[in-house]
Amino acid sequence: MLRSRIRLTAALAVAALVLAACGGGDERSGGSSGAASPGEIKVFAAASLTAAFTKLGEDFTAANGGTKVTFNLAGSQALATQIQQAAPADVFASADITNMDKVKDLVVTPQNFASNQLAIVVEKGNPKDVKGLEDLARPDLKVVLAAEEVPAGKYAKQVLDQAGVSVTPVSQEDNVKAVVTKVSLGEADAGIVYVTDVTAGGNKVEGVDIPKDQNVTATYPIATVKASKAQDKAQAFMDLVLSAEGQQVLKQYGFLPPPTT
Amino acid sequence: MTRSRVPGLLAVPAALAVGFLAIPLVGLLGRTPWGSIGAELASPRVLEALRLSLICSFGAVAVSVGLGVPLAVLLARVEFPGRNLVRALTTLPMVLPPVVGGVALLLAFGRRGLVGQWLDRAFGITLPFTTAGAILAEAFVAMPFLVITVEAGLRAMDRRFEDAAATLGAGRWTTLRRVTLPLIAPSLGAGIALCWARALGEFGATITFAGNLPGVTQTMPLAVYIALETDLEAAIALSLVLLAISLAVLVALRDRWFPTA
Repeated sequence: MLRSRIRLTAALAVAALVLAACGGGDERSGGSSGAASPGEIKVFAAASLTAAFTKLGEDFTAANGGTKVTFNLAGSQALATQIQQAAPADVFASADITNMDKVKDLVVTPQNFASNQLAIVVEKGNPKDVKGLEDLARPDLKVVLAAEEVPAGKYAKQVLDQAGVSVTPVSQEDNVKAVVTKVSLGEADAGIVYVTDVTAGGNKVEGVDIPKDQNVTATYPIATVKASKAQDKAQAFMDLVLSAEGQQVLKQYGFLPPPTT
Repeated sequence: MTRSRVPGLLAVPAALAVGFLAIPLVGLLGRTPWGSIGAELASPRVLEALRLSLICSFGAVAVSVGLGVPLAVLLARVEFPGRNLVRALTTLPMVLPPVVGGVALLLAFGRRGLVGQWLDRAFGITLPFTTAGAILAEAFVAMPFLVITVEAGLRAMDRRFEDAAATLGAGRWTTLRRVTLPLIAPSLGAGIALCWARALGEFGATITFAGNLPGVTQTMPLAVYIALETDLEAAIALSLVLLAISLAVLVALRDRWFPTA
């Protein structure tokens, strides 16, 4: 019994050493296993940027000798939280200023690269005959919005408040793409999303315009992350997004230029 | 203590396993804002999520008992063609990623789903975005735990009691009610506890199928997820409640899982 106890103690000591070694190794090797290995950058981008950034990522890889771009696409609020919790991001592109501000101490100077407006998304053919924001208050409509924590949800609330329309959504989705999904599956009749999401939503959905005087402009800032171990590549990606070529791609996907202020 | 014949070296991976499983809990407890936790737990969003979670999880248990216990009895006692296939189908939700379960539920019980469109047309019932939908999603994921546990109990039980009851003139219903079910009460209890705990923790199928609306479909795990993105303290407080409940279930079942005899 004594012997087995000694062995157990020894084994535990070894285990502790292994644990300690792992702990130490993490900090040192952060460069290779953490942020990005050479030849790869991780871009945290708002879900609404999915299609446009995927295209830009391909362009970047082609122009930079095969440097891989990995995307983490989610609601900007989720991405900001992840960056605060030291997730390995090299670039952060947010769908609003608020979430970029949340991480302002962790990123290099953000720059606005695009803007977006809201539209009502309905099923193809608009079977419920939705004409504008006022219709969203109709009791026969199932309306899905993004949660107020999500930029798209915050903008949607802003738009509805401005128009004095009171909507009781059936669900508050965790990101804007989920709103489009619920409408394209026919589970919901209408939702408020970005103009670009209607374009990206394909042939199952269509958009109903929100007039300019009722609409809001979503500003998209982008920044490199200070903790990034691939600053140069991250900066190169950001430069591509801000370049004439990048702006052209964003325009193709329905984004507007950033506000000129 | 009898002398162990287990190789002492096993203690190393075993200790790592314990650390791996325990350290996240320590992390959670370490970040808990103990000073303000009372206020966090009393906040309307937490209470609402808790109330809804209790309704949905008990609802899911009710559905699971009502449908699952008869299924377990048939699986354990009746030879029928395709029984193994039925058993495999029954356990599928245990290994299926819950999000996939949610998508499948949408395609089956959604407004355009296989069964859902008929429910909608005939009765005007739509399940997504309703509390009933959340109960359904939880039952889908949790029922297998009940079925498996009860079936195992039935198989392990001494069937001579049933035979004796029959020779003494008891009908099938009487035997089931007065002999079989009381004898498998411990299995039934364990099955209910497991099923309930699984239902309480359900996330993926619920957010996919039922959506996310406070007071209607936003159960505790969904509230934790959404809160995590904006209000870490609230997320931790909610997580602690779930942790406490899980511990309570473990303690309640300790005799079954950790027999001291």
